[in-house]
Amino acid sequence: MNKNILLYIGILVFGLAAPFVFPAFKVQLSILCVLIVLATTWNIQGGEMGYNTFGNILFYGLGMYLCASVQVGMFFPLAEWTESGGEKTFVHTPSQFFQGMAAGLVVAAVVPTIVAGLIGYAILGLRGHYFAICTLGLGVAAGEISGGIEIIGAGQGFTTPPFPNVGGLEARGEFFYFLSFAVLVLTFITVRAIYSTRFKLILNAIRDNEDKAEAMGIETMKYKIIGWMVSAFFCGLAGGIMGGLVGYIDSTDVAFDGREMGVFMVLMAILGGKGTLWGPIIGATLFHIFKEGFWTFFLGWQYVALGVLIVVIVIYFPEGIMGWLREKYPERFGEVIDEADRKAQVELK
Amino acid sequence: MITIQACLDGILLGVLFALIAYGMALQWGVMNIINIAQGDLVILGGYIAYFMYLYGIHPAWGVIISPIIMYFVGIGIYKLVINKVVDRDLFISILATFGISILFMQLMNFAFGADVVLANSGYGTTFLFDNNVVLPNSKIFSATVSILFAICLVIYMKKSKLGRAIRATAQNSRAAKILGVDTEKVYAATFGINAALCGVAGALISITFTIHPYMGLPYTIRSFMIVIVAGLGNLPGVALSGMGLGVFEEFADYILGTEFRIGSVFLLLVLILVYRRFKLSRKREYLK
Repeated sequence: MNKNILLYIGILVFGLAAPFVFPAFKVQLSILCVLIVLATTWNIQGGEMGYNTFGNILFYGLGMYLCASVQVGMFFPLAEWTESGGEKTFVHTPSQFFQGMAAGLVVAAVVPTIVAGLIGYAILGLRGHYFAICTLGLGVAAGEISGGIEIIGAGQGFTTPPFPNVGGLEARGEFFYFLSFAVLVLTFITVRAIYSTRFKLILNAIRDNEDKAEAMGIETMKYKIIGWMVSAFFCGLAGGIMGGLVGYIDSTDVAFDGREMGVFMVLMAILGGKGTLWGPIIGATLFHIFKEGFWTFFLGWQYVALGVLIVVIVIYFPEGIMGWLREKYPERFGEVIDEADRKAQVELK
Repeated sequence: MITIQACLDGILLGVLFALIAYGMALQWGVMNIINIAQGDLVILGGYIAYFMYLYGIHPAWGVIISPIIMYFVGIGIYKLVINKVVDRDLFISILATFGISILFMQLMNFAFGADVVLANSGYGTTFLFDNNVVLPNSKIFSATVSILFAICLVIYMKKSKLGRAIRATAQNSRAAKILGVDTEKVYAATFGINAALCGVAGALISITFTIHPYMGLPYTIRSFMIVIVAGLGNLPGVALSGMGLGVFEEFADYILGTEFRIGSVFLLLVLILVYRRFKLSRKREYLK
């Protein structure tokens, strides 16, 4: 336990010091925080609950659009802003920017949570691959439809408010880094708290056998919906921050990017090991490093590499890094091995 | 008049969708995998016909050439990837084929460029009802060819030895294995036939409509939707729901506008699944 506290303090100190130690990587580190949040929240569905969703991208994109729309719409007419070149006619003062951002993030967190509750009631009764394909459809549909709505920029995209210059100080990178780091810490604390309660056991029961869980008197529907709402809350927040960070929202390439971000979050969780607390974090970090390396050195071939990567990870490492470690050193995970029992099982195979 | 136009367009388009969905139902029933790369195989088949057109061969020959090439592409994909995911969790096969889909999409983007292309068949158009309804002959041609292919395939599945082996494997792969069916070969052949069907459909789409490297996913979703509405192994159902979907799309195109066309397809999928979920939950069942 003592070691764990030291580890957490170490990570916290590293996280707080990181933008000053590696000033050139501020944006990359912020994106890493967002990716970890997405992978960790995907893990609530895919890892713990056994519901493999491609639809968390819906909440991410929704949060992105909502945060930017509120931030602009609070002070200026939204329709004029999204017209071509409109963002140059209006300028946010620093206080307007921060007020808008705060209000936007609140909306970006709350609305996706409600949407998740409503959609969850409708589709969480689907099982297995029907759920997977249905959520894939939801993500792509959201992208296609938002690409046709005029007031949020339609096909030509939506430029988020530029970061204001506070007294000649250029603090954009630090601001977004600490914002995303705060959300990351919040997510981690929440997820860790959830995983130490009965709620996680219920989710695992749903994953292992939903019919039996229901027969035991668990209202599975309720817990599935709550689990998805928790995910949606943090996905929305992550999306809101990412919108400000990227500075430009496009319906299918940035916000509802089911082909890219929607698959990334699944891939990161699987790479690290789904169904574990640390798996998605390790997976996201490794994936981000690998991705940036590839994106820089193999420009143009990155998606080819991504496709190959997905196939290789899914076929050869479906248990992920944590799963592999667990197989190798079960004692470290608090598992007691009965050698005789293990041998008996091996012989059975 | 616009109603008749949309209905006819939709039916001719829907026959094509039904052909792709038939391949989807085949591999789903036999191997129990859902192939997200289905649409990308269609587009690849389309590019084969398009290249024949570029080199001066009439693109209609693509209907013959493209399935032959695509059959071997399908076998290759099976040997490299699919045979490792056949007996595993369904989600693994979905993710693995998603990876293949991204790979194909990008390779096609590199090889053929990101332009929207079509192979001009030069078939002219037919005018009906005092020139109020315009039907390109290529659409009629493509619908006829897809019906022909579907009929041939049904007869092949009923009569030939391989067809019997495929049907036996779909019913019970273990029992089929015991009775001497080489299921590995059957799986490979099934995936190859599916890819060949995609090749035919792709060649027809390149003549009738347009193709683009990124247009694959909607075809996958459409065929998935047709299969779940019709049910596995229900061929008339596949044909009917394919045409229904075609008509729905044409109407969505006219009423909502072209920019919402793909979005409405995906929304329809969600609505159908939600409807089935509530319908089944009254009997305390779920989609398996």
